[in-house]
Amino acid sequence: MTLDKQELYVPSARRIERERYRRARTRRATAIAATSTLVVGAALFLGVVNSPGWQRTRETFFSAEYARKAFPDVMQGLWLNLRLLVVCGALVLVFGLLIAVARTLRGPVFFPVRALAAAYTDFFRGLPLIINLLVVIFGVPALRLSGVTTDPVILGGAALVLTYSAYVAEVFRAGIETVHPSQRAAARSLGLSSGQALRYVILPQAVRRVVPPLLNDLVSLQKDTGLVSIGGAIDAVYAAQIIVGKDFNFTPYVVAGLVFVALTIPMTRFTDWVTARMDRERAQGGTV
Amino acid sequence: MTITETAPGATPVLRLDSVRKTFGRDTLVLRDVSLDVAPHTVTALIGTSGSGKSTLLRCANLLEDIDDGAIFLDGEEITDPRTDADAVRRRIGVVFQAYNLFPHMSVLDNITLAPRRVHGVAKKEAEARARELLERLGLGGKAGDYPDRLSGGQQQRAAIVRALAVRPRLLLLDEITAALDPELVGEVLGVVRDLKEEGMTMILATHEMGFARDVADQICFLDGGVVLERGTPADVFGDPRHERTRRFLSRITEAGRL
Repeated sequence: MTLDKQELYVPSARRIERERYRRARTRRATAIAATSTLVVGAALFLGVVNSPGWQRTRETFFSAEYARKAFPDVMQGLWLNLRLLVVCGALVLVFGLLIAVARTLRGPVFFPVRALAAAYTDFFRGLPLIINLLVVIFGVPALRLSGVTTDPVILGGAALVLTYSAYVAEVFRAGIETVHPSQRAAARSLGLSSGQALRYVILPQAVRRVVPPLLNDLVSLQKDTGLVSIGGAIDAVYAAQIIVGKDFNFTPYVVAGLVFVALTIPMTRFTDWVTARMDRERAQGGTV
Repeated sequence: MTITETAPGATPVLRLDSVRKTFGRDTLVLRDVSLDVAPHTVTALIGTSGSGKSTLLRCANLLEDIDDGAIFLDGEEITDPRTDADAVRRRIGVVFQAYNLFPHMSVLDNITLAPRRVHGVAKKEAEARARELLERLGLGGKAGDYPDRLSGGQQQRAAIVRALAVRPRLLLLDEITAALDPELVGEVLGVVRDLKEEGMTMILATHEMGFARDVADQICFLDGGVVLERGTPADVFGDPRHERTRRFLSRITEAGRL
C-alpha cells in the first residue's frame, strides 16, 4: 500500500510520548554499556599492567622493535597461507558438494557411489589432520613415483583438501536434507527429472542455508594451511617461529596471530553482508 | 448414474482400476478404488481427513507407488513399472495445499522453470505465456516478486499458474483452499471456476462442499478405502444412499460449511 500524500498526518500525543520514552531508554542503555565497558576494560588493563611479571612480558611479547622486524617475514609467509586458502578452499567446495550429492543419490545403481562417499567422509573426518599431512607429505615422496611431485606445499594442500572435503560434504548434506520434501514433490510434479530437481530446486536452497557453517570451515582451513610447514614450507607461523628461535623474543607469534585475526574478520563481515542481502531480496520485512 | 460415461466411447482422461495403497504394514489407505474421469469434467473427492483423498492424487501423479490395481492416463497404463514417470508428470499439473512454490525463485522463474527446463520452451516465449497467465489470474504486477512477499491467496494463484504453464492434460488440486483465510478462498475458487469454463479436466480434493456442489460434475465420497458413493452433486448431496455419507454430510452441515 502506498501512503496517501494528500493525507495530512499529525502524530498523536501518544505516539510522541512513546517515542520520547524509547529515545530516553536508548540513551540510558548506551550510557550503561559504555560505563560497564570502561570499567571492565580498565580493570583488565590495570590487572595485567600491575602483575609482577608485566615488565618482562611486555618486552618478550609486545616489543615494538621485534614486531617491526618480524612483520615483513610474517607477511611473506602469509602470502603462502593465502594462496593455499584460495586454491584449497575452491577445491574443497567443489569436492564437498560432489560427495554430498553422491551421498543423496537414490536408486540401487548408485549404491557403490553412495557407499564410497560414505566411507570417504567417515574415514577422513576421523583421521587427525596432522597424521593425514604427515602421511601425504612424507609418504608420497617415499614411493618414488616418477612424475609425482614432492613439493610439500602441493602435497600438504592435497592433504588439506582430503580432510576438509569430508567436513564440507557433511555440511552440504545437512543442508540438502533440510529442504522440505514437499519442494522435491513440487519439482517432480512439474516433470523435472531427479537431477533437475536437485540442480534447480534443492541445491540452491540448501547452499544458501549452509553459508554460515561453511564459512566456519573455511576460516578453520585458513588457519590450518599453516600446518604445511611441517614439510618445510615457510608460512606466516613458521616465519615467526624462525625469528623466535633466533632471538628468544615471542613478539613475532603475536604479530602472526593478529594478522590471521585481521584476515578472518573481513571475511565474516562479507558473508554476513551477502546472506543479509539474499534474505532482503526475498523475504518480507519484519522485526522478529 | 451416467455422469462419467457422458459420451460413450470417449476414453476417460484418468481411470483408476481397483487401486490399493498401504503405508508400511498397518496403514491401509486405499483398499479398492475405481474411478473414471471424463474429459472436460470436474471430479470432487470428499471425505474425512485421512480418507485417502490426497493419497489418491499423489498416486495419480506417481509420487507414490501403488500396491495393486492400475491407473490409466488417456487410456495408457501409467502404473506399469516400465512407464517413464517424468513423461507422465509432464502431462499432469498439481496444485498443493501448502502452495509449495520455490522460495528462492521469483514468481516468474517459478512458473517458467518447467516450460524451459523440461519442455525446452525458449525463455522469451515461456515468459510471455507466464505473464499472460498471471495477468489473467490477477497477478499482473507480481511476476518479479518472491513468493514470501505474496499473500496466501496470491501464492496459491501463482501455484495454479505454475501448474497451467505447461498446458497439462489434467489438473490435480489437493485441498488448495485449506490453508487460506475465508476471505481469500473466494479468489482461488473463482480461478477454478474459470478453468472449468475453459474445459480443463480437474480432480479436486476438497472440504468446500458448497463449492464442490456448484462446480463438480461428479462427487466421489471416499470412506474406508473405497469410493463409497459416487454420483452427480444432486445425487450425493441431495439423496445419499449410504448411511455413512449421510452422517458425513450432516456433520459438515452442522459445521456450517454447506
